[in-house]
Amino acid sequence: MSNSDSPIKSIGLHIGEAAPGCKKTDPMLVIDHVKKSFGGLTAVDVEHLEIPKNAITALIGPNGAGKTTLFNLLTGFDTPDTGAWEFLGTSLSGVPSYKVAQMGQVRTFQLTKALSLLTVLDNMKLGAKNQVGESIFRALFPRAWRKQDAEIELKAIELLKRFNLEAKQADFAASLSGGQRKLLEMARALMTDPVLVMLDEPMAGVNPALTQSLLGHVLNLKKEGMTVLFVEHDMHMVRHIADWVVVMAEGKVVAEGPPETVMNEQAVIDAYLGAHQDTDLGVVTGRISVIDQEKEK
Amino acid sequence: MDWGTIINNTLAGLLTPTTIAFALAALGLAMHFGFAGLLNFGIAGFMAIGAYGYAISVLTFGFPWWGGMIVGIIGSILFAILLGVPTLRLRGDYLAIVTIAAAEIVRLLFLTTAFTDVTGSADGLFGYNNSGGFTSANPFPPGSYGWGPWTYNSETLWVLTFGLGVLAVCVWFLWALMRSPWGRVIKGIREDEEAIRALGKNVFAYKLQALIIGGIFGGMGGIIYAAFANVSPGVYVTSITFFIWTSLLLGGAATIWGPVIGAVIFWTLQAFLSNILPELALAGILPVSGTQAATLRFVLVGIGLMLLVIYRPQGIFGDKRELTFVK
Repeated sequence: MSNSDSPIKSIGLHIGEAAPGCKKTDPMLVIDHVKKSFGGLTAVDVEHLEIPKNAITALIGPNGAGKTTLFNLLTGFDTPDTGAWEFLGTSLSGVPSYKVAQMGQVRTFQLTKALSLLTVLDNMKLGAKNQVGESIFRALFPRAWRKQDAEIELKAIELLKRFNLEAKQADFAASLSGGQRKLLEMARALMTDPVLVMLDEPMAGVNPALTQSLLGHVLNLKKEGMTVLFVEHDMHMVRHIADWVVVMAEGKVVAEGPPETVMNEQAVIDAYLGAHQDTDLGVVTGRISVIDQEKEK
Repeated sequence: MDWGTIINNTLAGLLTPTTIAFALAALGLAMHFGFAGLLNFGIAGFMAIGAYGYAISVLTFGFPWWGGMIVGIIGSILFAILLGVPTLRLRGDYLAIVTIAAAEIVRLLFLTTAFTDVTGSADGLFGYNNSGGFTSANPFPPGSYGWGPWTYNSETLWVLTFGLGVLAVCVWFLWALMRSPWGRVIKGIREDEEAIRALGKNVFAYKLQALIIGGIFGGMGGIIYAAFANVSPGVYVTSITFFIWTSLLLGGAATIWGPVIGAVIFWTLQAFLSNILPELALAGILPVSGTQAATLRFVLVGIGLMLLVIYRPQGIFGDKRELTFVK
């Protein structure tokens, strides 16, 4: 992975000024007036938001800003009170989550969902779409699905190699470490041949060395023509790989733009990043050094 | 004590129509619980619908025996759909509550005097094997077959052969399904249905299919039971459901052969206990009366079930890593 040198950032993604709700030259997801409240609490209230195609967009914001809820709404895992949203020009309102996934929009979960008591290889093979043998009638006749299953297996092993999980393919997913499960979940998502990959905190609980390789994988997705939307709290990662940053607070989009500009906006610093965010630039996983600096003072 | 009789009766328990009927029902539960993770506590209801579907369509509507059996199977499919459509979208525990209640409703509907003409109420139904032609379809000439504890007359031999045939088909069917990509999705749903949904699979449809397949096996169990004995509402009580659960957990829930072997072990043990406990009471070793001693076996079943779940949750044949209650 060549993620030690700076990744090439996509530019010219937006039309006009980079402000909340600004137009994009080539949007993949267009969200309009999406609102969701739980009881009295408005979790998400997004006026207008466009996610650019073939770019890496980061969704950041303090805890409780509604990032994961927005993810759930966009992927059909939750239904909004009002609003509409389009994926590549097709309206997704009221479309069940499995159909959203079939359209090429795949997601991962904040709390990793590895299918513990299935082998790593079976986990991967489950990801493949349009499997003949998944129909109950054709399942009874191996002749109908054996060839396709072998092809899927080759593809799965290829991906496992890329994610360094090849040696684990026969083990139950339960035996994997937390970080390996993150890798498995991402690899499994790629089995669906997605066009939009939505990652919910891909780096949470992952050690620095693995973060490096995960970063490489995310950048590769873009290289291969996919669009990435991810929620993350690791600002170094966001700055390093994101082409576009959307900042949410209290359910609303409060700022958006390229990482360099957005993360210097006073409103964003006050609401989320904090005053020390500039002190450890250049260190990819520098949370510890921030704490050290805090202690020294 | 008469050890000869005890051993003879115990060995006879290895192969009876009851054992086969329970093996079929346990196979259905393996599909539901072991593979798809659906908590079905109403398997007795599926059996009752299979049995009554067969008996009623023969006696009331004059169907031939095979037609009646098909009606019994269609009945269990409809019952699965009726249970599944409202509950499968909810969390697993709700299905458990709904199935246990639904099985009781079914039993009480067959027991109530309101439909005595059709259901026979508390007396149940009989004579359908003769009038439907199941008995005369027997290819074995009258006589005595087998040897030792496994001596059968031609009627029992016919039920056994038929039952084993049905069981073999069902075992093959479950095996063929579970090795396929369909089975992979089903096991995935057992692990985490949200993850499967995120991969673009229609989880609800898969769960309903699993409920129907297991329901058909349960219904077939009821039909085989009815082909040997009479249909009586007193049979399809909740304790039958728990006997089947014990058989399933004994063999191993997420296995193909586990439920079959589990049912065999369960009924052999039952035969052994129901013979030895009264003998022990008579010999003065157990301080209870003979009748009390016979019921003691159900207490032992309960204790056995508890020990099983605590110390060997994967059953005899299961892979410890694949199915345990503590995840």
